[in-house]
Amino acid sequence: MSVRTFTEFEEGYKMGIIRKALASRPVASLTSPYTIDHYLDQIHPMLAAENVRAKVVEVIHETGDASTVVLRPNGAWKGFTPGQHVQFGVEVDGKRRVRVFSVSSSRANKNKTFSVSVKAHPDGYVSQFLHNDLKPGTIVYLSQAEGEFVLPRETPDDVLLMSGGSGITPVMSMIRTLRDSGHTGRVTFLHYARSLEDEMFSGELDEIAAALPQAQVVRIFTRKPAEGAELKGRFSIDHLKHLGIDPSETLTYVCGPAGLIASVRDTYEELGATEQLRMEYFKVPSVDLNAAEATGTITFDKATIEADNSGQTILEQAEAAGLKPEFGCRMGVCNTCVVKKNHGAVRHVISNEITANTDETIKICVSVPVGDVNVAL
Amino acid sequence: MSKTKNAPIKPHSARNHNAAPLSLIDPTSDKQATIGLEYMTYDQLEDFGNELNAVRQRVLDDLGQKDADYIRRVIKVQRASEVLGRIGIFMPFFPPAFIAGILFLGLAKILDNMEIGHNIMHGQYDWMNDPMIDASRFEWDNIAPSQDWKHGHNYIHHTYTNIHGMDRDIGYNMFRIDEDQPWYASHRFNLPLAFILMLVFEWGIMYHGVELDQYLQGKITKEDFQGRRKRAMKKIRKQVFKDYVAWPVMGIALVPFTGWWAPVAILVANVVANVIRNIWSFIIIFCGHFPAEVQTFAEEDAKNENRGQWYLRQLLGSANISGHKPFHILTGNLSHQIEHHLFPDIPARRYPEVAEDVKLLVEKYGLQYNTGRLSKQMFSVIRQLAKLAKKPSDPLKIGNSPESKALRRAKREEAARRAEEVRTPQLTS
Repeated sequence: MSVRTFTEFEEGYKMGIIRKALASRPVASLTSPYTIDHYLDQIHPMLAAENVRAKVVEVIHETGDASTVVLRPNGAWKGFTPGQHVQFGVEVDGKRRVRVFSVSSSRANKNKTFSVSVKAHPDGYVSQFLHNDLKPGTIVYLSQAEGEFVLPRETPDDVLLMSGGSGITPVMSMIRTLRDSGHTGRVTFLHYARSLEDEMFSGELDEIAAALPQAQVVRIFTRKPAEGAELKGRFSIDHLKHLGIDPSETLTYVCGPAGLIASVRDTYEELGATEQLRMEYFKVPSVDLNAAEATGTITFDKATIEADNSGQTILEQAEAAGLKPEFGCRMGVCNTCVVKKNHGAVRHVISNEITANTDETIKICVSVPVGDVNVAL
Repeated sequence: MSKTKNAPIKPHSARNHNAAPLSLIDPTSDKQATIGLEYMTYDQLEDFGNELNAVRQRVLDDLGQKDADYIRRVIKVQRASEVLGRIGIFMPFFPPAFIAGILFLGLAKILDNMEIGHNIMHGQYDWMNDPMIDASRFEWDNIAPSQDWKHGHNYIHHTYTNIHGMDRDIGYNMFRIDEDQPWYASHRFNLPLAFILMLVFEWGIMYHGVELDQYLQGKITKEDFQGRRKRAMKKIRKQVFKDYVAWPVMGIALVPFTGWWAPVAILVANVVANVIRNIWSFIIIFCGHFPAEVQTFAEEDAKNENRGQWYLRQLLGSANISGHKPFHILTGNLSHQIEHHLFPDIPARRYPEVAEDVKLLVEKYGLQYNTGRLSKQMFSVIRQLAKLAKKPSDPLKIGNSPESKALRRAKREEAARRAEEVRTPQLTS
């Protein structure tokens, strides 16, 4: 069994001594109540001990509506494991808009850049902005890489990577890393896209198929099947059988729309192979601004309570769910009830403004959920 | 999982949240508040509220890059002043630099507390979605912990502005600043106490936020009080350590060149910078609420108020200070106290432009707009403090006279009786 670890790539990500010293407690007690970053930020935004910032190096248009953004992070970046995502914040007209994007590049990138790939969603303000307006040189605000959907430190021989649509990005990071680390085991990459035009990274997928003799790259176009394709249609167990994959013995990663994930999960459950399955949903926030009715689910993240959106303010809905969030004036004046909205869209009851930023602070006494909303309560 | 529910979202429906604050609704009666009836009718009050709502909305719709650039510019100036100040006070052997250092440090603390801290903690810049400028995460260079200050200031003071018994900022439980406050013997020292408070104002704000008085009166729970005390102690430790220990200790490096006194000089410089800030913020805050013409209100008159009445109470309960732009920035635009109280959550740099709209409305409805030079407002505050320090001739105005004690008891019993009345039907049904 051949085993590869990633330690050789980790060297570049060690935090410098100066950076460590600046982020230490003695320094913090001299700058209290602020951190050293509040001061360094004034000199240059990339200069920060703890806050991750990155400069946009290049924006590559992949397809008609998908782009890859190549980023050079500052030294606060601790690196990523293939499959992880980052919170990506870009400031437009004074307002920071934050979305979560998967890292798509190989971990073995020697020139200390990494990339995220984004499919422009018709209603997605940030993805549209990235695709159309983002210029090299722009500084963006990042979180550290997050997420459990990652390759293990020691990759087993047989790996099945499956993705659908723009769910390809984290999987792409995995397969690129496997290629660059000289993985010798059998890697199967199974990707579902609507058509060839909708597929990201087509050229590189061909290259990978050629570069890795032991890798099998299979692409299925569900709407416009390629001429003479060996597989057709949506995912089914027959696809795996045809490729000669035994789910119970193959570590499997799947990322994509909910429908694909559900059918893969059901298949693995039937075969008793769920232990081998790693899943990640690719959430595309959809906001129906004209909805006459309250729709969706409100999730109180800390309390792990889910409830149907009743159309009342989030404060009222939280109270109806038995929570006791802090509140003050209940009229949007005092700012006591602010909480972080993790994702989803809300409407301000007074101004009627709709905001859909990830990781955004809202006053719950004057915010009504529009569709699915997750708040840190 | 079912994804729909038949609760329609009414367009523009504020679900009563745009009306009076919840706790001001009187459960025992639906009699409307009487605030402002001497100036206008209920219909006019309604219009007045709508017009001010529109002013607010106009500004909110226009927020953008220039507002973000402004607050970041102020922050940049504040950080630069602080760094210059710290460098300056490290040169006690060169008096011009040392004194300039103290002044820069004082300026940095003033900017931090007024235009930056106070306004950010009101949520004025939350729309920027920048964690460094976020009301819920912001902590300021002041002894008072932000969490308790936000509760006492943003919620209690800004919602129940100038209502006796509800707004704890009326005289800060220390001064008699209004005719309707009962007189106690300690009020004889109104002026000298105010002078002392001015020097240690940040400690006063911290103590106010601990709410010992509320705890002793049984109005807050023991857990609540202990949480407040704990947070205050933690913040005191941090602030005192930074200004009076850590930085002076760094000055030990100078001892071989200057002698033993360098760390002491740095310590003194920090004390002076803090006092400069205390004097300034005290003056601005007292001039914003305590000049003679500012009105206060009784709880009974404010119950069930509408949005227009809420606005009117803010307008009549605040006072502006006129001046030039740098002066306004140094006050955190609290020189536009009226506009700030009408719209506490819009960026302070917008108050001068909003003031134009407010003045038109004041004229239209024949209202009073309290403004004047700093010297005028200060003189008015001092005169109030001096005048109200004297023992009133009316026994009902003396807090511990048998007459006023009997009056308060009667009021308490009446309130208890009403509360009982509300509860009884619920128990029987």
